[in-house]
This record gives sequence, C-alpha cells and structure tokens, in this order.
Amino acid sequence: MTRLRILIAALALLASTAAFAETTIKIGIQDDPDFLDPARSRTYASRLVFTALCDKLVDVAPDLTFVPQLATAWTWSADNKVLTMTLRDGVTFHDGEPFDAAAVKFNLDRSRTLPESLRKSEIASIVSVDVVDAKTVAINLKQPDATLIAQLSDRAGMMLAPKASTGDVGAKPVCSGPYKFLQRVQQDRIALTRFDGYWNRAAYHFDKVVFLPIPDTSVRLANLRAGDLDIIERVAPTDIKTVKDDKSLHVFNNPGLGFSFITFNVANGDRAKTPIGQDKRIRKAFELAIDRSAINDVVFEGLYTPSNQPFPPTSPFVDKSFALPARDVAKSQALLAAAGVKTPLDVELTVSNSPITQQVGQIIQAMAGEAGFNVKLVATEFATLLSQQQTGRFQASMQYWSGRPGPDGNIHQFLTCKGSQNDSHYCNPKLDDLLNTARTTTDLAQRKALYAQALPILADDMPSIDLYFEPRLIVMQNKIKGFVPNPDGLIRLKDVEAKP
Amino acid sequence: MIAFIARRLVGAIPTLILISLFVFTLQKLLPGDPILAMAGEERDPAVIALLHEKYHLDQPIPIQYIRWVGGLLQGDFGMSLRTEQPVTTLVASKLPVTLELAALALIIALAIGIPAGIIAALRKGTALDYGANIVALSGISIPHFWLGILLIMLFSVKLKWLPASGFVPLFDDPVQNFKTLILPAFVVGVGLAGTLMRHTRGAMLSVLGTDYVRTARAKGLMPRSVVLKHAFRNALMPIVTLTTLLFGEMLGGAVLTEQVFSIPGFGKMIVDAVFNRDYAVVQGVVLCVAVGFVLLNLLADVLYRVINPRLRTAS
Repeated sequence: MTRLRILIAALALLASTAAFAETTIKIGIQDDPDFLDPARSRTYASRLVFTALCDKLVDVAPDLTFVPQLATAWTWSADNKVLTMTLRDGVTFHDGEPFDAAAVKFNLDRSRTLPESLRKSEIASIVSVDVVDAKTVAINLKQPDATLIAQLSDRAGMMLAPKASTGDVGAKPVCSGPYKFLQRVQQDRIALTRFDGYWNRAAYHFDKVVFLPIPDTSVRLANLRAGDLDIIERVAPTDIKTVKDDKSLHVFNNPGLGFSFITFNVANGDRAKTPIGQDKRIRKAFELAIDRSAINDVVFEGLYTPSNQPFPPTSPFVDKSFALPARDVAKSQALLAAAGVKTPLDVELTVSNSPITQQVGQIIQAMAGEAGFNVKLVATEFATLLSQQQTGRFQASMQYWSGRPGPDGNIHQFLTCKGSQNDSHYCNPKLDDLLNTARTTTDLAQRKALYAQALPILADDMPSIDLYFEPRLIVMQNKIKGFVPNPDGLIRLKDVEAKP
Repeated sequence: MIAFIARRLVGAIPTLILISLFVFTLQKLLPGDPILAMAGEERDPAVIALLHEKYHLDQPIPIQYIRWVGGLLQGDFGMSLRTEQPVTTLVASKLPVTLELAALALIIALAIGIPAGIIAALRKGTALDYGANIVALSGISIPHFWLGILLIMLFSVKLKWLPASGFVPLFDDPVQNFKTLILPAFVVGVGLAGTLMRHTRGAMLSVLGTDYVRTARAKGLMPRSVVLKHAFRNALMPIVTLTTLLFGEMLGGAVLTEQVFSIPGFGKMIVDAVFNRDYAVVQGVVLCVAVGFVLLNLLADVLYRVINPRLRTAS
C-alpha cells in the first residue's frame, strides 16, 4: 500500500515536472482575429494566427521572393496557362489525413466556390484544378496570371484537411501547419499546441503558442515589459524610445508592406464635381505642398518610409528612377494660379478617427494651407468611412492598405476602371491596358517595365497620392532568439527559441 | 411582497419593448454598413450581396425588427455578424466576467466610500472632512485608463506582483482570477467610492441634524449606537438607490477599464460590436443590460421595504 502511494506520488511529481517543462510562447497582437477559416478570413490578425496554424503552398521570403512551403517546385506551361506544382512528401494534416493533390484541389475549389469565400477574386483566373498524380497538381487558368503565385502565398494557398473541413471550419480549423488548434476564447486568447506529425517538427521549439489580442499599444507594451508576453507586434513608433531604453527587450524595425495614400474623388457621384476632383493640376499642386519626410519625422519618429509609389521599399518593382518629389510651395501656388481657382481653395479631407491618422491629417492641413488650400478635416469612424468612400461621399480621403508582396495587389483594384476598390472612379484606359498586361506577363523584366510605364501616368493624372510605407515594428524579450523578420510582419516561429 | 414583485415585473414589459425598439432604430440610423466591413479588404461585390441577403439586411427595417423580436420570443437573440456565434453564447460567456468585475469593484467602493462618508459627516468642517472630500473628488475625476496604466506600470512592470492584463476564469484558477481582477476592480471601485462617499456624507449630515438623533443622544445612548443604528440606517435609503444604480451602470461594462486591462467583458464586446456594426450583438447586450437595470431597480425597492418597515405597511 505504501509502495503504491510512493509510486503514485512519484508519478505525480513526474507529471508536474513534465508540465513545468512545457514551453509556451505568448504573442500580443493588436486585434482579435475574425474567422479562422482561410477562405473567409479578412483580418490581418487572423493571418498572424494562420502563420503558425496553416501551411500554404508557397511562402514569402524576407526579400519578397516566393519560396516552397507545401509545394516544393512549380513550373509554367509554354503558354503560361497551366501551373504545375509538385507537392511535398510526407505531409499530414493535424487529424492525420495525408496531404496530397486531391487536398489541393479540394481547397482551391472550396475557395473558388464557397458562397462566402473572400478569395474568389484573388484566384479568379483559375478555371479548373487537375489531380495529375498524388503529388502533382495542375492548375488551369483562363489567361496567364502573374499574380497567382503571390495569391497562393497567402490565404488562398492555405490548405485545410478536406475530411475535417465541412461545416463551421472557423471554429476549429484543421490544417497542416507546425501548430494545431487547441482553444479560442473570443477577444481573449487563441491557443495552439505543437503538431508532432509536422514535416519539419525539429525546427519548432515551443510546445504551445498563445495569441492574446490587446488593442491598446501601450498596454501591449506594458504586458511585454512585465514579462507576461514574449513578443508583441505593431508597436507604436512613439514607444520605440521606451523599448530601446529597456535592456531586456529588442526591436525589429523592418520595412513593411502596408501603406497610406490619399484618394481623390474624381468621378464618383456629385462630390467629385469640385475643382480638385476635376482638375489634375490642382491635385498635383496638393502633392507638391506635402512634405512626406516631415510627416515621417513628426508623427512617426522617422521610422516610416516616405514613398510615391505603391510598391513596398523591399520590392523589386520599386522604380528608383522615379524619385520622390521634393516639397515645392512656389510651384504648387503656380499650378493653382494656372488652374484659375480662387485661393484659399476649400478641400475636404476624410481621415479615420485614430489619433495618429488625425495627426497626419493636421500636418497635411498645415502644409497644404501654405500653398493656398483650405483643408477641412473630417474625422470619421471606420465603418462609416468605408461606406462613404464606396458611395462617393468624399472629396479626398486618407486610406490605408495592408499591402501585398506582389505589385498587382497594391495597384490593380484601386486604379483600374472597374477595380473593386476604385472609390475614386478614376479611369484611364491606357493605364488599364498596362496593368492588365502586367497581370498576364510572367517575365520579371517585362513586368517591371510595364509598372515603370504606369507610374508616370499616375503622377500625371494624380488620382491618388502615395504617402508612406509603415514598418512592421515587432518587439520581443531578449531571451527570444532566432527570429527572422519579414516585410509582411507575420511572425514565423521556425527556429525561434527561448535562450536565457 | 410577492404580489408587489409580480406587479413590478409586469410593469417592466412595456419599458423593455420601448428599449428594444429604441436600440434597434438608433442603430439602423448609424451610418456604415456592417457587411462592407465584413467583406474584407477585397470587398467582392458578390460576397457583399450574399451576406446582405444571408443576414436579411436587404429587407425593410420594420421587417428586420419583427424578425428579431420573433427570435427573441423563442430565446434566439440572433447571430453575431462578425464571428457567427449566437449572441446568447457571447452574452453568456461575457456576463460572468462583467458581473464579477462589477461585484468586486462595488465591494471595494462600499468598503472605502461608506466609512469615509460617515467619518467625514461626523467630523464635518475638520481637516479630516476636507481630506476625505479631496480624495473622493480625485477618485471621481481621475480618468480610469490613466490610473489603470499607472497601476500596471507600478504593480506589473516595476514590482512584477500582478499580471499586467488578461483574465482567468474564477473556476479555472481562483487565485489567478483574483490577481487579474484586483487592479481593474480597484480602478473602477475608486471612482465609485468617491461618489458613494459624497452621498453617504450628505445623507448622514441631513440625518444627524434631525430631532430623533438629538433625542437618542440626549437619552445617553453610546455615540457608536447613535451613529450606526439610528442615523446610518435612515441615511441608508439614498445609498441603496445609488448603489443599485451604480451596479446597473457597471453591467454596461467598464469600457475603458476593460480595454486597458484586456478583460473580455461586456464593455469590450459592445464597443467592438458598435464599431463593426454588429447589430445583433449590440441589441442583445443592451437588452440584457436593460433587464439587469429593471431587476436592480426592483431589488432596490425590495431593499427599501426591508430597511424601512413603514413602506411595508403602506402597500
């Protein structure tokens, strides 16, 4: 009897030390993710979780090139209308179902046909998916699509286990990533636990990953400093000084993909019928009045990257010869005079009601004021802002786009005549031609040349003014080693470990 | 008493109907379309149309209202647009958190506010009274989020005694639960304590000047007995009203405090829901809070009768 008790006590002790040895990494994120279903997800926060949960066909490397993940290789047919992918061997989903070509077909078909799918437009070029053999899949396209690989590097390329993915996928997603779904408490936490059957298990060092949504940036930082979190993302630029003074933390300041820009309403309803909506010289004058670097220095502690093109600073598509215009108030005033408008000219600029955006708006207001614009700022809450923009109830509006690694996803839907997010209703067939051709051109040099031709057209028509790219500021405890930042800001836990 | 309670509950029905109508229409008057926010950055028009239809947002507002009330009568509060969870599930998961925070905050408020109020009244015009008043006013005026962040800085970042934010359910780990709630409860409680102290002081002062208190003193009762048994019991009426009202207010969630301490309660949920135009959630929460208010009012009336025997015979 006593022996039995000792044995039980020993076992209990063993179990408790085993529990103690379990390692957990806690990541503080800005918002609570929406559906954890790759086909339906719309938030950046959900992509942060997916990075640990769901592997994709293709991944994005820090230099924004596309690298193998579940697909080990891919080739295009001679007419660029068939993409053939070779799939990784020995991959299983979290429920043990093997990953194969049929699973790829299931997922791509699901994203294309699920009524609520938000991926439809991303992979609209796909007409059918053929299972060639267990490890080879052929994706047939309507026309060549140079953006497809970029799309497959995001949610459209995430693979769910077919058998487990009927009904409410988002409540308990079954994927093939390094961590599997454990628990979610709305607005509180999402916990994942290590998937022992992962094909690259040795590269992942934590037993558990917990994502905690904490919207307030200073509270997120306080949690990190208190040691309750290991990593936080989207740190406010104004907090970076505090972080640098804290010897137990270090910061990754990596140029990101997200950028801000001002859209002018040029043809969307009655509100477009303003001098600034109708005369591109006035829009040009507005741009010349703005000093992007000053905004960066004043509001963002110089951590952002001022830009006049929608391609991220690390992208190979950035046209270095297309220089950032310097602020030129005299030229701006001259353009206003040439346009024959009476100054000060009233312009209504809609901004979101976040303090930072309002601050940017105020600086723009002051700078444009010196050139002869009377800018009225309209701070609007997000849901209202979206519907106002879409229905054309704005003159000029400050927008933010979280950015895509490929160039098309940052420009096509905003600036082509029928673009889904062309709130300005700007339309220039010549630009449409270039951007549509770029979509179907797979040769990198040719694509670059096409985008390089598009930029001067935009600089002349000025339907929008690109302002700056934001960095992905990630801060972590010093003991967390091995992290490699990526412009997409996602936290890849491969080779990340805690070392005191 | 039971007849009284029943009468009051039936009387609450028109109030609740009015509230439901009010919340529903007010929300629809807000600009912005939830589906546009839901359709993601890509905003596929086909998806937008589908979602409008799925959530009946393409129908006239009166029909939407009738649909909603029809569901309510069957215990169906609708589904969150944002997370597709039933509103009842969401409310059920957040209500205990908010109740616990409110209860703890109220205990702190009562423990500070009432003794301070009594002492200030007894020592009216002295340095103690002025001191208590200044502390009370500061408690009311200090912004919650600011006090919250200061406390986090002190107790979590510097001393590392308490977790900076987050929440652990009571039944998972009572100690950790207390640790996560004590700071936010203190922040909310201090604000309420100020209000309570001011009201207790006022009520006590008016009672202490009455004839029967003078009589009680004159017949040689212990000062302690005069204050607590004779004066305070009569001063209690306005304090009971205030306390139930304060508790009712807290049911709406301590929005800023919950935000600062990342506590998944009503406040955080309703703010997110309003920003996302998650109609069903806002309606569900507001209705729940309204029901809570009605019940608390009833509780106050019942308590009056317990405290004041004259009211018992009057009905």
